[in-house]
Amino acid sequence: MATSALEYGHATAAKRSVLVEWLTTVDHKKIGIMYGASAFIFFLIGGLEALVIRTQLMRPDNHLVTPDFYNQLFTMHGTTMIFLAVMPISAMFFNFFVPLLIGARDVAFPRLNAMSLWIFILGGLFLNFSFLLGAAPNGGWFGYAPLSSRMYAPGHNMDFWVIGLQILGVASLAAGVNFFTTILNMRARGMTLMRMPIFVWAVLVTQVLVLLSFPVITVALIYLMLDRTFGTSFFNLTANGDPMLWQHLFWVFGHPEVYILILPAFGIVSEILPVFARKPLFGYSAMVFSMAFIAFLGFGVWSHHMFATGMGPLADSFFSLATMLIAIPTGVKIFNWIGTLWGGSLQFKTPLYFALGFIAMFIMGGLSGVIHAVAPADLQQTDSYFVVAHFHYVLFGGSIFSLTAGAYYWWPKMFGKLLDEGLGKAHFWVMLAGFNLTFFPMHFVGLLGMPRRIYSYPAGLGFDTLNLLSTVGAFLLGSSFLIFSYNIIKTWRSGAQAPADPWNGATLEWSIPSPPQEWNFAVEPIVTEKDPLWGLKRAAGVKVLPEPPRVSGEGIHLPAPSWWPLIVSVGFLTFLVGIMVKHASAFPFGPISIAGFAITLYGIYKWAYEPVDGHAPTT
Amino acid sequence: MPLLAVVLAGLAACTGPFPQSTLSPKGDFAQTVDHVFMLTVYLAVGVFILVEGVLLWTIFKFRGKPGDAEPKQIHGSTVVEVIWTIIPAVVLAIVAVPTVQAIFKTAEVPTVSADGKAPLKIEVIGHQWWWEFRYPELGITTANEIHVPLNRTIDLRMKSIDVIHSFWIPQFAGKRDVFPNRETRIWFTPNTTGAFPGACAEFCGEEHGRMDFYLMVDSPDDFASWTTRRQADSTLDNFGFAKPAVVAVPVVPAIPAKAPAAALVADTVAIDPKVAEGQKLVMAKGCIGCHSFNAMHPTKGVIGPNLSGIGTRKMIAGGWLEGSDENLKRWLQHTQEVKPGVGMKIGPVTDAEAAAIIAYLRTKR
Repeated sequence: MATSALEYGHATAAKRSVLVEWLTTVDHKKIGIMYGASAFIFFLIGGLEALVIRTQLMRPDNHLVTPDFYNQLFTMHGTTMIFLAVMPISAMFFNFFVPLLIGARDVAFPRLNAMSLWIFILGGLFLNFSFLLGAAPNGGWFGYAPLSSRMYAPGHNMDFWVIGLQILGVASLAAGVNFFTTILNMRARGMTLMRMPIFVWAVLVTQVLVLLSFPVITVALIYLMLDRTFGTSFFNLTANGDPMLWQHLFWVFGHPEVYILILPAFGIVSEILPVFARKPLFGYSAMVFSMAFIAFLGFGVWSHHMFATGMGPLADSFFSLATMLIAIPTGVKIFNWIGTLWGGSLQFKTPLYFALGFIAMFIMGGLSGVIHAVAPADLQQTDSYFVVAHFHYVLFGGSIFSLTAGAYYWWPKMFGKLLDEGLGKAHFWVMLAGFNLTFFPMHFVGLLGMPRRIYSYPAGLGFDTLNLLSTVGAFLLGSSFLIFSYNIIKTWRSGAQAPADPWNGATLEWSIPSPPQEWNFAVEPIVTEKDPLWGLKRAAGVKVLPEPPRVSGEGIHLPAPSWWPLIVSVGFLTFLVGIMVKHASAFPFGPISIAGFAITLYGIYKWAYEPVDGHAPTT
Repeated sequence: MPLLAVVLAGLAACTGPFPQSTLSPKGDFAQTVDHVFMLTVYLAVGVFILVEGVLLWTIFKFRGKPGDAEPKQIHGSTVVEVIWTIIPAVVLAIVAVPTVQAIFKTAEVPTVSADGKAPLKIEVIGHQWWWEFRYPELGITTANEIHVPLNRTIDLRMKSIDVIHSFWIPQFAGKRDVFPNRETRIWFTPNTTGAFPGACAEFCGEEHGRMDFYLMVDSPDDFASWTTRRQADSTLDNFGFAKPAVVAVPVVPAIPAKAPAAALVADTVAIDPKVAEGQKLVMAKGCIGCHSFNAMHPTKGVIGPNLSGIGTRKMIAGGWLEGSDENLKRWLQHTQEVKPGVGMKIGPVTDAEAAAIIAYLRTKR
């Protein structure tokens, strides 16, 4: 009873230190927390990069940073925010909550899950390590050939990017397989697909996107790595390689990636709105199908990133119209969210603030997206600050607002502490104001002709005032996350203990203690309807169910901790680093790669033959 | 749109003018783009106000009060779903038709200009980090400053010599990427004279931020004059590549608007010693290894920008600095500080040397 999930002892491996416990864990909740913590740190690093960028652009012809360092900053800001912040923060929610929402005790492949985490963390550290060598990637997050080729990027900068993204891609693919399988195979009895919480649907669709799009970028990255390191000619002009091939491969991945970043955000908001409106999600099946439709169309619009390349009027027309089509299911989602609020009894808690902020800001990003879909207009806006404004309204106004809503919503379940409401609302208002002050003027400075990715601009083009506004906004926006951090620290020390069900939740995670015990559900739940917890409460005629007791986990079989995911990850990183540091040797692989390959192979072997004894936790 | 106009008017009051703006089209291509853009913006602003309005109203109207009963549990409505699927589809159709029309309209270069003449072909060559312009019909090569006649359709055929760049003069046309392995095209017909800034819009490496250029839309007479002066280069010495090293330097203090080529040559007068010194330095410092001062047959000095008429160019350093004496001196003495990473590597230049070189450059008009 008195034992928390973090303090269990068990028969097979007693007396393990806390460090070893976290390094070897296969518990999806611990893995989720590590995803979140490391991603939040990367998010802060990416934010600091943005602040340096904004300071540099504060006034015309500024000399805070060198051109090359500026290029490193925006390359790493984009790469970090996409691959090391938004995706893994989403992964935190996937890990912690998918099993809880579907009534499972863990994911389908717990050790693979741990491997995803370690590969992600090592890949993120590897990418950022490049700063210490003064050689951070500097070719843009899109790495266009031939600028990313050895000829035009001779240093290790783009090696870090090529290798780093390959490492991160493996983490995403492994997680994709894992969650796809988990959702399809491990749902509680009675939870049909159309009874799944909408967030789980969002995760499922996202994983389909990951599984179909990451192989494409992996292939492109391998081509580029072979070009850079082994002298092949996929993109090499002197041997009739084609830079357009890179653009197509990159955007066939790159556009679905946008939906990989935003669909989880849709899912989170779709969970939060019903709870705080006290009525079910409006048009559940329309929401499911619109997500699937968005994902499907997402694979047919990649060339709208390439209108300026001059593909010809037929291709431009096709990709224009296909892109416009996406606005329809996206509009349906927005209308259904408003429909969910309509007639509700809105409970103004912090998660609802951020969820509403998400809708309001995402509308803006969606509409500027339609403007971009108009190919002739896009010729003026692409690669200008207008598109910078657009995708920040989608990815910050959309994804980050929603992920923050999710953090406030699920924090009590994850850590057993309620975040402070006053600080939460202060966080919201500062973030909303800072966000709009930063990015709204960018629409105008873009329309006034300011290109992206320029390290300075001359006076006299009318860019000065708008850039200064953006810079002030950026610092306001940054400070909102100081409020968030203070909220975390304060409530960690002295916050109210969270009950199992602080928000009158509808889904299964609120039926178990906060934080959950290691085995999640002492008794595997049976589901007979959507919003199963509301059904239970209604049947019992109560607003809040009695606090679930912390129970003994005796007899519950859980997967055993393992070192092998971490070891395989280290081996894999070593292998790729070895390829990077190979210097014009006759033998294509140096000793470092061979050692890394050997470690990986040995790790996989030991992993495969690790006894499946499991461990039965006792209290 | 009123909203946008008000905001922009407010901004214009405090920060204008906006010479690089996409919102003040000065040619047919940009106007076509602007029409479909503005249509979309009107609709987008309308939808924005409507949807955000409904959202805000909903938030206000349905705020919960303590003791509220559980609201009615509605799960959805097929009728409503169908309606709000169809409405956006209709709005998008309103945008889609003119979009496709504009795509096809901007894809084709008109065969006859507004001034009744055939389009003027100009070859654009992107370099890290400057622009080369060639007029195949006129035999002229120049850099970073592109002169075109008013009301003539300009047919640009573009290539890059290294990485991908993107050619953008916002008041006249949208962007068009410039590739190393294939030709891309864009066109426009300028309807206003003046000097208009343009920029590289595709990230192209360290100095992408300073790969700017100027479009000079000249009256037909001014353009003829400019053409004549460039073509007069064919009578110039070529730094000993073809003729003896020290020759008379043409000193042309002021060129009449319609100076014929012969007049230019006849104006060649006694050598100002400072100019002669500058000419020697331009050779001694190795400038002519990369730069040519000859617009007509630049067989030598094609690595760096062609400097024909450099003495009268509005901007230097890849469209970055006003072409004042002070800036020329700064550029000569601190190249790698003004534009770090740029290919130009000149040894130390004293103040006296810089003054002599500038005096020489000023003779190139």
